[in-house]
Amino acid sequence: MPSIKSHQPVPGTTIFDGEQARKGYALNKMCYSFNDAANRKAFLDDEDEYCTRYGLNAEQRAAIHARNVLQLIAAGGNAYYLAKFAGIFKLDMQDIGAQQTGMTKDQFKARLIAARGN
Amino acid sequence: MAKIVGTITTSHVPAIGGAIAKGLQNDPYWKPFFDGFPPVRDWLASVKPDVVVVAYNDHGLNFFLDKMPTFAIGAAPEYRNADEGWGIPVVPPFQGDPALSWHMIESLVAEDFDLVTCQEMSVDHAFTLPMALLWPEQKWPVRTVPVVVNTVQSPLPSAARCYKLGQAIGRAIASWPGDERVVVLGTGGLSHQLDGERAGFINKDFDLKFMESLVNDPTWATQYSTVELVELAGTQGVELLNWLVARGTLPNKVRQVHVNYHIPISNTASGLQVLEPA
Repeated sequence: MPSIKSHQPVPGTTIFDGEQARKGYALNKMCYSFNDAANRKAFLDDEDEYCTRYGLNAEQRAAIHARNVLQLIAAGGNAYYLAKFAGIFKLDMQDIGAQQTGMTKDQFKARLIAARGN
Repeated sequence: MAKIVGTITTSHVPAIGGAIAKGLQNDPYWKPFFDGFPPVRDWLASVKPDVVVVAYNDHGLNFFLDKMPTFAIGAAPEYRNADEGWGIPVVPPFQGDPALSWHMIESLVAEDFDLVTCQEMSVDHAFTLPMALLWPEQKWPVRTVPVVVNTVQSPLPSAARCYKLGQAIGRAIASWPGDERVVVLGTGGLSHQLDGERAGFINKDFDLKFMESLVNDPTWATQYSTVELVELAGTQGVELLNWLVARGTLPNKVRQVHVNYHIPISNTASGLQVLEPA
């Protein structure tokens, strides 16, 4: 039988596995609802009520309130669903990358370009 | 009998949709990416496909985590795009090919690939943007069959399994009695990571080796577990599984028609490769 490697750690990375999927289900379900413009508006109109409707726990609510991507991941958020949350605030992937790595957006973009090497 | 005339594999970054909408194809940031596509369009004009089979991953448009198939296949007469939450324009609907879809389902399930079958299905940017790069007028001259691979929720299907799925799709198409010319389009990657302290990870050496392997040693990437692929290519770079599905549909010997690679678009190392049977 092959070894099960899905729990092998990768530095700075949370593998979105069954444990994360269970922990983050309510949070990701709320983010999935943001496909619909009416739901994005409902969230902006009353954020607390919207989080209650989806049954977010205290950790998830705090992370949503803080717009903090690392906290959202720790609370079970999946990148593809969190992107829909970020979209509400017109944040692009360099904004999100900069926030998670503690860089300015320009520093983060420079790091991406540096990956070209020679 | 139907014939696979080649494969196209390309990145599918959502920001491409924004760039298309804003007409930024010649903007210095975007030009090295968009300039990769005219040779692909020339090739398409010469091979004249009737059908495109699209291997991609859904990002939370058609599938949520309530029901997450490892592999799924569309069998609908039409596939529509929809709002994904961040406002890129919706593209016109795509014509399906239910008869070919059901033939593929029969053939694949007979080979023990137990796919989820979908008679209604929305298609997200991972399907629509590559199509819009191939046909910028967005008047799709082909019928389509979507094949969806779970690259979202671990455990993911192994690289070896994805390659074998591609091989089985190749046999399914070869056994279809029609005379269709088929292109297989695999989308996603190459190296990128959106989430975590490791966000911004790109691995040029790995990407170039991976694209080279698809020409000369197509099962090279199947030596890695999916978590090892995350380590090598990033959490979303693992979308290269869709490239392996596409590559698996071709015979062992192929000819590289075209290749392009550029760092970065958005947070992603973009790859583009066209292969045809040698």
